Amino acid sequence: MNDMSDGYITADGRQIGGVLMELKNITLKFGGVTAISDISFDIRQGEIRAIIGPNGAGKSSMLNVISGFYIPTEGEVWFKGYKRGPMRPYEIAGLGIARTFQNIALFDGMSVLDNIMTGRLTLMKSGLLSQAMWWGGASKEEDAHREKVEKIIDFLEIQPIRKTPVGRLPYGLKKRVELARALAAEPKILLLDEPMAGMNVEEKEDMCRFILDVNDEFGTTTVLIEHDMGVVMDLSDRVVVMDYGRKIGDGPPDEVRNNQDVIDAYLGVAHD
Amino acid sequence: MFYREAGDFKTSYREDSQTFPIKFDRLRYYAVLAVAFGVIPLFINDYWANAVFVPFLIYSIAAIGLNILVGFAGQVSLGTGGFMAVGAYAVYKLMTAFPEVSIFFHVLIAGGITAAVGVLFGLPSLRIKGFYLAVATLAAQFFLVWLFNKVPWFYNYSASGQINAPDRTIFGVFVTGAQTSATAKYMFCLVMLTIVAVIARNLTRGTVGRKWMAIRDMDIAAEIIGVNPLSTKITAFAVSSFFIGIAGALFFAVYLGAAEVGEAFGIQKSFLILFMVIIGGLGSIFGSFAGAAFLVLLPVLLKNVLVGTLGWPTDLAAHIELMIVGGLIVIFLIAEPHGLAQLWRVAKEKLRLWPFPH
Repeated sequence: MNDMSDGYITADGRQIGGVLMELKNITLKFGGVTAISDISFDIRQGEIRAIIGPNGAGKSSMLNVISGFYIPTEGEVWFKGYKRGPMRPYEIAGLGIARTFQNIALFDGMSVLDNIMTGRLTLMKSGLLSQAMWWGGASKEEDAHREKVEKIIDFLEIQPIRKTPVGRLPYGLKKRVELARALAAEPKILLLDEPMAGMNVEEKEDMCRFILDVNDEFGTTTVLIEHDMGVVMDLSDRVVVMDYGRKIGDGPPDEVRNNQDVIDAYLGVAHD
Repeated sequence: MFYREAGDFKTSYREDSQTFPIKFDRLRYYAVLAVAFGVIPLFINDYWANAVFVPFLIYSIAAIGLNILVGFAGQVSLGTGGFMAVGAYAVYKLMTAFPEVSIFFHVLIAGGITAAVGVLFGLPSLRIKGFYLAVATLAAQFFLVWLFNKVPWFYNYSASGQINAPDRTIFGVFVTGAQTSATAKYMFCLVMLTIVAVIARNLTRGTVGRKWMAIRDMDIAAEIIGVNPLSTKITAFAVSSFFIGIAGALFFAVYLGAAEVGEAFGIQKSFLILFMVIIGGLGSIFGSFAGAAFLVLLPVLLKNVLVGTLGWPTDLAAHIELMIVGGLIVIFLIAEPHGLAQLWRVAKEKLRLWPFPH
């Protein structure tokens, strides 16, 4: 961690900490296709970091690199001061990286409560035998974790649907449950892949509020991909702009908005 | 009327997540247990034990076992008959090799051995899913039956190739062999079923069950959340085979007394138990009971009605019975694809509001 400065203060006055994750010269190739070429940026403790770019710019690939699901062809990922080696997908959660998906990936056959409880799987330790008997350890552990999960349920205002099977819920609520499941893991970094996709204005406003509240309440570092420019500019502290797998801009929203490359590539070129 | 939650406030998470949250359900559950343990043993006779209760109890154990694998963990298996055979031959070898050890432990160890075999045949599940996994477990079915036929060590080199359960007692009461009373058979199976059902319920309500269901519903998302697919699937195979092994051991030692592997544990057994699970309801412990009851009781009921009441010839009744059972299965699956357990759930939902549904 060469860049362990003290962070910065955001426009709305929040103190952002040191570097939590640093991506150094990441290149990702699938056969002959280069999805990401030579991108570097960092994610700081407590900030909301957005990745934007036109379709096919490599945003989702970038998110998968951050989450450890894709192993970059070249480059290094430094997390909490250590260089991260290759991992199996199920080891990622244990590191404290939780995510939501562009197409909701909930467990339809289970209740909302059970779905959110799965988020805490990596934190629950009781063994098979203890659970088979349901005496002492397993039962106590279950109650303790239930309490934590109920806090998240309260926080995201989904109390009435606690026992409803997820398959029966409307889209907007499913997105919220998925956020709850990711939060239940008490992640160091929360990755949101298009959290507002397919929502109407009110649902978007709700979701924005929840993302800001989560960041405020738990201090969760959040990385999000989003198409809605208004949302991105309002929510995020710093923005990475990608185009054709390259980074063309990086900085606070206002700075990015005025960057000529970004305007050309993403917001459109003025034809005269 | 009295089936409602109104006024029944839950003040702790433990109360909220208990198995029977509604008071009436809880009382009914205790009543069923009391009747099963206290009343039926007093009145049971050989006919009721052999035709109805013992097969129902044993098939319930097997159905719970298979339901854990298929209904909760989503791994299709057609090897149930083969795994039951492992349980049966394991308990036979244990009974003849260690006559001084209680049969109770033999049955449990037989379950453990079956669990190990189940894990072995479950290993391909990491790579293959759905129909392909079903075919792999089908291979287990045929291989295991072939193995127990071909290797004389398994049936102690007996001339007939059959295995016969020696007389064994628990607390001085015969539970296997010719001198066993109907009550003893019934009680032994009932105790085993109760243990299995409680363990199954405890496992499926907690972390292990959630891992199984997560893998069933969406394996990739489950993996990202931190579920190790290998260990989760292997656990499902182990627990499932453990129960199925116990069922096989009881089926041979207590129910049949003597068995020939192809006949007692053939592919028909695998299908029968799979039908029980599907008709009863995938992913439901109650469904396993309901499915087992349906497929054990229905033929007995039909036989009594057709032969006893209507006076049809036995062979005709036997054929008609097969057709009726088959037809009913099809009708059932069309009417309620989620099985008897779903019917039960819907009925309970309605009852909670009855008689004022609005």
